[in-house]
Amino acid sequence: MKDVELKMLERAKALLQSGEVARVIGWKKGEFCYDPAPASFESVEEMENGFVYNWFCGANLSKYLIQMAKKEGKTAVFLKPCDTYSFNQLVKEHRINRENVYVIAVECLAKLDVEKMKAKGVSFITDVEVVDKDVKVTTAYGVETLYKPDVVLSKCAVCTKTHQVKDEEIILHERPEREVNRFEEVEKLEAMTEDERFAFWREQLSKCIRCNACRNVCPACSCVKCVFDNPASGIAAKANDDKFEEQLFHIIRAFHVSGRCTDCGECSRVCPQNIPLHLLNRKFIKDIDTLYGEYQAGEESEGKTPLTTYTEGDTEPNDVFNGEAK
Amino acid sequence: MQEVTEKKEFTPTIVAFCCNWCSYAGADLAGSSRLTYPANVKIIRVPCSCRVNPMFVLKAFQQGADGVILCGCHPGDCHYVTGNYYTRRRMALLYSFLNYMGIEKERTRLEWVSAAEGARFSAVMNDFVKQVAELGENKRLTDLRVKEGE
Ligand code: SF4
Ligand code: SF4
Repeated sequence: MKDVELKMLERAKALLQSGEVARVIGWKKGEFCYDPAPASFESVEEMENGFVYNWFCGANLSKYLIQMAKKEGKTAVFLKPCDTYSFNQLVKEHRINRENVYVIAVECLAKLDVEKMKAKGVSFITDVEVVDKDVKVTTAYGVETLYKPDVVLSKCAVCTKTHQVKDEEIILHERPEREVNRFEEVEKLEAMTEDERFAFWREQLSKCIRCNACRNVCPACSCVKCVFDNPASGIAAKANDDKFEEQLFHIIRAFHVSGRCTDCGECSRVCPQNIPLHLLNRKFIKDIDTLYGEYQAGEESEGKTPLTTYTEGDTEPNDVFNGEAK
Repeated sequence: MQEVTEKKEFTPTIVAFCCNWCSYAGADLAGSSRLTYPANVKIIRVPCSCRVNPMFVLKAFQQGADGVILCGCHPGDCHYVTGNYYTRRRMALLYSFLNYMGIEKERTRLEWVSAAEGARFSAVMNDFVKQVAELGENKRLTDLRVKEGE
């Protein structure tokens, strides 16, 4: 990954220096190797001092372009495969002006989840290198090796995405192709009884603290004024209402992004309560696939979404339960 | 002395969203034809079935409905030409999703009822009320925490 990082740095600096772009959106070094944060760089110095691209750059940068692409001059951005779907979707929804953005597609090879690593017992991590399926973790106590599939972000574990947009690319290592079923967990839930499903979601959703992180990070949640920010709705914050609150928020949020959610996995990644939010969105994706034909949001930057179109022979709502009818 | 064992019979609260042009007129016709439907069906008139935002359905449940039914013009007959086709997709996804969250599928329904189908309106409502009554009170779409242990 170091080689990729160097290449990215070199390109970004060249773009800034030549004046082709006014800023670069990338990741900035944190206090530790595992907490890089999205950032905007406007000069070569800033890039040299702060830029990083490592195994912990899981954050999706596309949503920042809503604001950044409005600024004077072009904005360059580094996008991983999954991020390009969000980017396309935002272009489709006229949130980003494509002309103002220079997309540099970067390789990913799956990102790591520091929480999962800590849960495996490593602490005081100072450096990480990955060779194939071995994650070599240098800690204050020495070097430990973890098995990569155990510690990648959940979204990366089932990812088969490829870059959908690019003005140029920096790909030094290809990710091997794999067969995965991202609906496996959804299918497990579908196979349960109504009571079991209710119990499952009650347990999960009652952990929600309504921090709104899932909404704020979501590239599909790009409304300027969100319905959940309206105090008159009675559902603007946790304290306002103790009735039915989390369910309502999550059902409505999942519905609002249905047909537009690219399954980028950011919601689950940022949730401080570790609620498996992707299982909500994937249910919609799965239903859309079975009822209206396979559809992946973000593959195109124009056209209709499944909920903004119809056919005369669509399935009746009374007949859709659990794939009982088609 | 005779013991009082009789329990009050459960009458569900039903919210019916009816499209102004077909189903609401159908309800009217049912009334003027002296066909009955239970008084616990609360009709909310909407300009088109596609006016019904999923939030309406959830709010109805939140505020005490035991069942929610949506009625609109038959596909192809929408006053606004295509509104009910969008309704069909939205509600298909919403109902399926609610069931995925563990909400009994018998609590949600969608029926197409035209202005000429007064008898059908009354039959549909009677049937839906019966179905929800069998299910009992809606507890799952109210607070997740305070219901614990009930
Ligand atoms: S709902 Fe989650 S997975 Fe879908 S686009 Fe938003 S953040 Fe990404
Ligand atoms: S990020 Fe998690 S805790 Fe925060 S609002 Fe979303 S689901 Fe709730």
